Amino acid sequence: MNEKIIMAGFGGQGVMLIGQLLTYSGMNEGKQVSWLPSYGPEMRGGTANCHVILSDAPVSSPIITKATSIIIMNNPSLGKFEPLVIPGGDIFVNSSLVDIEVERNDVNVYKIPANQLAIKLGSDKIPNMIMLGAYLAKHPVVSMDTLKSVMEKTMQGKKAAFIPVNLSGVQEGIDFINQIK
Amino acid sequence: MSVVYQKSRGLTDVSTHYCPGCTHGIIHKLVAECLVELDILEKSIGVAPVGCAVLAYDYFNCDMQEAAHGRAPAVGTGIKRVQPDKFVFTYQGDGDLASIGSNEIVQVAHRGEKISTIFVNNAIYGMTGGQMAPTTLIGQKTTTCQDGRKEELAGKPIKISEMLATIDGAKYIARVSVDSPAHIRQAKKAIMRAFQTQLEGKGFSLVEVISSCPTNWGKSPVEALNWLRDNMIPYYPLGVYKDWEAE
Amino acid sequence: MTKKLMKGNEVIGEAAINGGCRYFFGYPITPQNEVPEYLSKRLPEVGGMFVQAESEIAAINMVYGAAGSGARAMTSSSSPGIALKQEGISYIAGAMLPCVIVNMVRGGPGLGGIQPSQCDYFQATRGGGNGDYRLIVYAPNNLQETADIMSEAFETSDYYRVPVMILGDGMIGQMMEPVEITPPKKKRNLPAKDWATTGTDGKRKPNIINSLYLNPAQLEEHNLKLEKIYEDIKANEVRYEAYNVEDADVVCVAYGTTSRIVKSAIMECEEEGLKVGLIRPITLWPYPDEAFDKIKKDCKGLLCVEMSLGQMIDDVKIAANGRWKSYFYGRTGGMIPEPEDIKNEIKKIIRGEK
Repeated sequence: MNEKIIMAGFGGQGVMLIGQLLTYSGMNEGKQVSWLPSYGPEMRGGTANCHVILSDAPVSSPIITKATSIIIMNNPSLGKFEPLVIPGGDIFVNSSLVDIEVERNDVNVYKIPANQLAIKLGSDKIPNMIMLGAYLAKHPVVSMDTLKSVMEKTMQGKKAAFIPVNLSGVQEGIDFINQIK
Repeated sequence: MSVVYQKSRGLTDVSTHYCPGCTHGIIHKLVAECLVELDILEKSIGVAPVGCAVLAYDYFNCDMQEAAHGRAPAVGTGIKRVQPDKFVFTYQGDGDLASIGSNEIVQVAHRGEKISTIFVNNAIYGMTGGQMAPTTLIGQKTTTCQDGRKEELAGKPIKISEMLATIDGAKYIARVSVDSPAHIRQAKKAIMRAFQTQLEGKGFSLVEVISSCPTNWGKSPVEALNWLRDNMIPYYPLGVYKDWEAE
Repeated sequence: MTKKLMKGNEVIGEAAINGGCRYFFGYPITPQNEVPEYLSKRLPEVGGMFVQAESEIAAINMVYGAAGSGARAMTSSSSPGIALKQEGISYIAGAMLPCVIVNMVRGGPGLGGIQPSQCDYFQATRGGGNGDYRLIVYAPNNLQETADIMSEAFETSDYYRVPVMILGDGMIGQMMEPVEITPPKKKRNLPAKDWATTGTDGKRKPNIINSLYLNPAQLEEHNLKLEKIYEDIKANEVRYEAYNVEDADVVCVAYGTTSRIVKSAIMECEEEGLKVGLIRPITLWPYPDEAFDKIKKDCKGLLCVEMSLGQMIDDVKIAANGRWKSYFYGRTGGMIPEPEDIKNEIKKIIRGEK
């Protein structure tokens, strides 16, 4: 296994968080992992992204120049990262917010109306979790149990209250992809 | 024969390099006497500056660190934070403290660092050969203002004690002089008070000592003291600018 | 203890505490802010002290005072801030004070940028401050190595009374990897710090921390004493990683973050049947000249890859000593070399096109 995923969107959409959850879960399942964020002023409301690698072999470069999957939460990120996807790779697009089309035809495109699905679940905070779920539906690299235990470890105190809705978001993303199969 | 006076054991036996008529020697003596009389010499760490007092580490009979130019308050902070139960003082001139080290002295006071500073103000750079200092008086001639300091070019001389007294963390600030026996006695009292301020854990303390530099002023030692009385003291009024007990 | 997913800058902080550091003096600058933020919370928990200084200049001089008091102290910053610290670093080297300085390098010159760079190699290895002095400079390339090096840095610095610099970059500082922070492996026989200014307590002569020697004969003697220590360090502290160097047709030389990108390029070359090796200096000073001796005679060339316009290449040429041709590829300003480009450079050397 050598998953190289870029997650990108506006600052505040939680792309860093889903990247960390996936990385942490991968580590707990014995994989070699790295998480590399963009940093600087762009974190404060601009575009943000992180590079996540889950691999059986030690991670060489933590920078992804050939992505196996990308998770896209806004328009600018699609233009920026679409060229980095390997042929046959996967692009997960939050179609609630991204209104431009993927131009390549050598990749798999999954459009997930993550914001609408989130509102249906009663929370506008979890489109990121739904996108993570969509990715996991196609790439079940970590189990839901592991993900849950990581959330329990990293979201403590007040944040713990959000674990159930976060998990329901992930499940919603998985179900959405499975239903369009 | 009974001993009526002897050199303070707060000073080493090394002969100083100071010029004839320089008042650093008097100030060293006062600092040393205060360290001995307060019984803190053995737990003192002094910080020497860059300037005429750069070799002060050879003269004070206690542990010493030699700091980079202007950085003595930062070095003193490092020492005191590691050893809060020790006594820490810096000994700095006006080029060191009021020019290159102005940020460090303001911030050490601002943090209320529990250290004490002896600030020797002789209105000139001595060690480097008599250049203009921020404290040089208007009209005073130096090697870098040979026609006298002009306000429009160099501003007015900076008043450190007045400035530092506005900072909350500074708990004792006084300006003294060592031009006469009466003033020397007052100076010693102020140094004692500054040191006690630290020992009682109140905050930062500083004593500005108006001092002479016969060599670079181009005057005899007596003329220099007269010039100090006639020119420096009127511009730099002596007195206590801040005292935690009075507040 | 099991592995924890940690951010590089936090690894620096926790490993410093693990290595006995109890005092941190610093000033905010991107991309190393998580180091002071982490330590401001953690140091008081272990009986230590964090001070946010008024400037980088003050911070390094606080380190001077604290190290001169016998404490394990450190500071961290990024390129422009490290430039400001050079005065203090030179004084610390002159006064033979042990301490650790972390530089999370960003693009320059001037205010430059905040993205990863290796443009401070000269500053770190040639002495950014005045005088005949050296720092022991480590450049880890992953977070576990960062943790291990940082944990041992204070021990090493205490042993030689030479400051240690850890050279990272924004990527090392910001990324997360699994890390296990374990007690330092290398324990040294450290003499008591009987030179520290702790107050005479009436029991000894005053100690003086100083770098001033007005008598040139005495200053030369002092410099020679330092040089002897530097020779010891050269003999004992060189660290590097060598990968398939012996039968490589091209040997890449890279450190820190860049070495990982180069490794990716090398693995892709291997898939195409090319023989490419890697020398990765872990100590930038002392430089691992000896690593080059294993390169075969008819190796087609060395390729030094840096995130700069060519600084370590000088040391590569010194180490190669005319035995092989040395080539350079670099990106600068915060731009990162891509494996594809490095691969092309390697192939050009193999084809004799460079």
